[in-house]
Amino acid sequence: MKNIDSGNHTKGQSVYLDDIPLVAGTLFGAVFSSPVAHGHIEQLYLAEAAQHPGVVRIFTHQDITGENQIGGIIPDEPLLAEHEVDFCGMPIAFVVAMSDEAARAAVKKIKVDITPLPVITDPRVAHAQSKLIVPPRTFRLGNTELAWEQCEYVFEGTADTNGQEHLYIETQCAYAIPQENGELKIYSSTQSPTAGQRTAARVLGVPMHQLEVDVIRLGGGFGGKEDQANAWVALCALAAHHLRRPVKYVLHRLEDMAMTGKRHPYSSDFKIGLDKDLKIVAYEVDFYQNAGAAADLSPAIMERTLFHTTSTYFIPNVRATAFSCRTHLPPNTAFRGFGGPQAKFVMESAIATAAEKLGIDACLIQKKNLNQTGDEFPFGQKAVSEAQACWHKAEELYDVEKLRQEVDAFNATSTLYKKGLALMPICFGISFTNTSMNQARALVHVYYDGSVRVSTGAVEMGQGVNTKMLQVAAQTLSISPAKVRVQTTSTNRIANTSPSAASATADLNGKAVQLACQAIIKRLKEVAAQVLQAPETAIELQDEQVLLNGQETELDWKKLVTAAFLKRVSLSEHAHYATPDVHFDKATEKGHPFAYHVYGTAITTVTVDCVRGTYQVDAVRVVHDFGRSMNPAVDRGQIEGGIVQGIGWMTLEELLYDSAGRLRSNTLSTYKIPDIYSVPKEIAIEPLQTEQDNLAIFRSKAVGEPPFMYGIGTYFALRNAIKAFNPNSPIAFDAPMTPEKVLLGLYPQSATGTQHVHEQSLRHVAAS
Amino acid sequence: MLKFILNNNEVSTDLPAGTVLLDYVRYNQHLPGTKIGCREGDCGACTVLVGELAGDQVRYRSFTSCLTPLGNVQGKHVVTVEGINMEQLNPIQQAMVDESATQCGFCTPGFVVSLAGFCLSGKKPTAQNAVAAVDGNICRCTGYKSIERAAARVAQLLEAGEGQDPATYVAEQQILPEYFTSIKSRLRALAVDTSPNGHVLSGTLQFVGGGTDLYVQKHDQMRELATRFLFNQADLQGIVRQENRCVIGGAATVSDLAESAVMQEFFPAFRPFLRLVSSTPIRNMATVAGNFVNASPIGDLTIMFLALDAQLVLSDGHTAREIPLRQFYLGYKVLEKAPQENVTAIWFELPDAASCFHFEKVSKRTHLDIASVNSACCFTVQDGFIVKAGISAGGVGPVPMLLPKASEYLIGKEVSEGLIQKALEIAQTEISPISDVRGTETYKRLLLNQLIKAHFLALFPRLNARELLRRLSC
Repeated sequence: MKNIDSGNHTKGQSVYLDDIPLVAGTLFGAVFSSPVAHGHIEQLYLAEAAQHPGVVRIFTHQDITGENQIGGIIPDEPLLAEHEVDFCGMPIAFVVAMSDEAARAAVKKIKVDITPLPVITDPRVAHAQSKLIVPPRTFRLGNTELAWEQCEYVFEGTADTNGQEHLYIETQCAYAIPQENGELKIYSSTQSPTAGQRTAARVLGVPMHQLEVDVIRLGGGFGGKEDQANAWVALCALAAHHLRRPVKYVLHRLEDMAMTGKRHPYSSDFKIGLDKDLKIVAYEVDFYQNAGAAADLSPAIMERTLFHTTSTYFIPNVRATAFSCRTHLPPNTAFRGFGGPQAKFVMESAIATAAEKLGIDACLIQKKNLNQTGDEFPFGQKAVSEAQACWHKAEELYDVEKLRQEVDAFNATSTLYKKGLALMPICFGISFTNTSMNQARALVHVYYDGSVRVSTGAVEMGQGVNTKMLQVAAQTLSISPAKVRVQTTSTNRIANTSPSAASATADLNGKAVQLACQAIIKRLKEVAAQVLQAPETAIELQDEQVLLNGQETELDWKKLVTAAFLKRVSLSEHAHYATPDVHFDKATEKGHPFAYHVYGTAITTVTVDCVRGTYQVDAVRVVHDFGRSMNPAVDRGQIEGGIVQGIGWMTLEELLYDSAGRLRSNTLSTYKIPDIYSVPKEIAIEPLQTEQDNLAIFRSKAVGEPPFMYGIGTYFALRNAIKAFNPNSPIAFDAPMTPEKVLLGLYPQSATGTQHVHEQSLRHVAAS
Repeated sequence: MLKFILNNNEVSTDLPAGTVLLDYVRYNQHLPGTKIGCREGDCGACTVLVGELAGDQVRYRSFTSCLTPLGNVQGKHVVTVEGINMEQLNPIQQAMVDESATQCGFCTPGFVVSLAGFCLSGKKPTAQNAVAAVDGNICRCTGYKSIERAAARVAQLLEAGEGQDPATYVAEQQILPEYFTSIKSRLRALAVDTSPNGHVLSGTLQFVGGGTDLYVQKHDQMRELATRFLFNQADLQGIVRQENRCVIGGAATVSDLAESAVMQEFFPAFRPFLRLVSSTPIRNMATVAGNFVNASPIGDLTIMFLALDAQLVLSDGHTAREIPLRQFYLGYKVLEKAPQENVTAIWFELPDAASCFHFEKVSKRTHLDIASVNSACCFTVQDGFIVKAGISAGGVGPVPMLLPKASEYLIGKEVSEGLIQKALEIAQTEISPISDVRGTETYKRLLLNQLIKAHFLALFPRLNARELLRRLSC
């Protein structure tokens, strides 16, 4: 089944927030944000801006009727700066005007005196100054101290990954519309309607029942509209609350890029020990997470990093410590993979280090250490593993030996181009690691004409979750998908939702839909049994027919529904689902936090242009653990999109902050995401169909985040190609592998350090 | 009063001619299918088609409406996604749906409109050309493979129509709505003065060509500025040959250059390099002269034409004068041009059989990106000896520059690995790159060397590549 929105999407008829017809009297907001990354606000000059034609009011922290606080996990983030600014782009004032242009023109007239304070952009510097968001955490398995002695080889190193801008094509936005009795209906482009509602209620100082957050769909999210969507909801709500007029704010791209947090950059130190058979005996790692100026979701992301320390491998002795470091960048946040990809990059860097030092192919180490069912993760859960199955199937199906020979043969004869190949196994845990969030609700109405509406806490952002919800309802009720509509995600219909995140949205909400539909079916069967005067066990509902002992009866779906209504039987159900079996004890750092893991293996081949330092990904060939996909078209799209986004993170996408904490790659002309020409020439996806039961909806395993990590293979394939040209290249483990890093890897320059972040001298940064 | 056809309706507006088409379409005409992604022409979510009479046909090109002033569509046909919708999904839309080429959907109308532009373009119906039509559209969800598959299907739709008038064919085949066949006569009937310049208000005059840089850099001010629109000015159009000169009109776009019959006949080596310049919609809008006047140190066309030793004709409306492009740049964004002057024409000598031209560009992303370093060269070679040489380089100084010393050094010499090494050494003394968002100084110095080597490897295949790569590489 195709994505149910796809027809409207292609006609331009799908409604996004900025397409909602304006309510008469709507005002427009725009944020004035801090021009410096850290300092004391001495004086804020609003008078000139307030005089600008069309300006209705300018809001500052003094206008906040509740609490000036939007921190979700930790209350450390004011909505509007009071006396100190902590990052460049931190909101200070919110201008509301009769038009969008007037609001933006007035913002330009606001001035502020700020006494600068020292700026930290490097997580290691923050760590050295003990500026941590939360206390560090350590996961342990076995005893690394004792294990080093058993190792034939021990290697140490450093690995760095840069952040990543979400670059959803629809920017952040919110639209608050006053209702009667002081209530507000707030449209938001958010992955987390409840978080928006809770945050706005806190800022306004009103109970949550006074606010509705309603989400039609998102023009992309990827994690960037989880907690990062809250500020705009709160600002529009605050202004609408004061003015009793509708207030809308759609961020410009520049504002969005400057003000919102991104994927966390990490800098990590690793130590790996292997025995003479290349079994990894011990692994130690210290993760320095660049959290930015406030916690946002950083502690949860740090936790998921720790959960993915060993990637797809079993290592008997592990010590992993993570530090969430407070810097003066915008608060970094969720992004597809949520800290997992960063951990996997370090693990693969450690393996690559060992392989390069030993003069062997990294695949030999990778393959030897893949986890197996029953192996213990450092956090205590036992693996139910498809790692070996995926790897072996990929090796055979795509004939890795032949691919490798082709690469070697090409490299032996080619001077101007070199090829590289790398394998990337993945293992990704599904569930919110905060156990309490693994719950969801669904509301199913069957109308007496037989049509059905479904509401869930799931937010549609292109991942096809509404399509899957519709499928669950149609399949469970055994009716045509055409009879089912999925409603917008509203906190009025579904309360206390978890965000659409962690790849778990379809599982959690789908299970809730299934439970609701099953309850309705149960009642309908009771009615059918009465009407047909037969035992319930003899009755089945199938394809909109009521079957008695497998035979059609006079009852069909519509007649049965009508009969049930006339008998005063409820045709609606609100169901609740909580993932069974998951638990985690932070005191011991042990438990069973994941419902299941998703596995896979990718084989990546690349070609590097050794004159120019540019490159092409020739192919990414994958064997992916789908369980049993309930929608292969949607899931294939998630895999292709995830791979390309992962490749973007590993190659082109380079966030550049200068030492003053200002984002320099702040436009689409300076921050490059993949275009149609920069994607792999070939992406092959082979399902690993498994039949064993799991906790996924219809056994269709979560697919949102795991494929992102196949992109890491591209980094190592590029590295291998560079080494084929220059075996002595000292290239560091420092993603992304931009064409600059490739060229400097091919031809190491003796002069300046080539791996340092650019120190900006912007006399003529040509934005043009 | 501006007049044009919007989808199937003749429209007129009193809005300032500097208003961007995107805002007009979305907020004045309430056609929300055209999306706002970046407002700098870098995402394609706001792509529309602009059709104008060209001989006996209506020629459609894709534009990013965020950078298009209303003044530039005066008297033309503007097509948004709403203008290509039919009762059922049209076959382009159906191909996108069938291939699951849409996820969040926000970029999708832009892709659909670009593919409709391909259907109307008369270009050869190959999958490659269909993909090229969406080279200005960014999608963050799909990874593009499904879009490639959909584009290939769209190309197949057109195979039977090769050689026919595209607008007629797509209407007959119900690929696009029937009304497209009426546009030619309606545009003729509209018959407005396509140059919307009325009385120019006082204040500094702002010339606007395609607007692709001005609307990025001065977006907020453009609506209110005293603007002189050049894009549609009749005397600035066209690319012609005069004796051995190629003369490019002051409003000729990069696409005009790519499609120019003169260039294709007399300088076919040039066209392939234009694929490295921005994207299809930007090439459709951006003028060659605008690229020069914008004075970006890494303007691709500027770098190409520096090597070709192009000459500019400047006019203040009364007096015209000529100046070599090589003397046009006095400092960072400082031009040898009076504020009231605009470029009316550009000319250069078409290369003869003994001459060869080459262009190199490296950017983070190969397409739709601004160069870290770019370079062009034009050599005349007789009996193995270089008799004339021009090497230009961008991104390595405050202005787009010719490397006069390195170029001069080559003259009278036979091409060899050693000669190139010496030229590179000289080139390094002529440049002053800085570290910025497009790369460190170290990188840019190395990269320029590599690009110059690439010129020679491309033009003189007998050179020993291994030997050349080794030289001056660290």
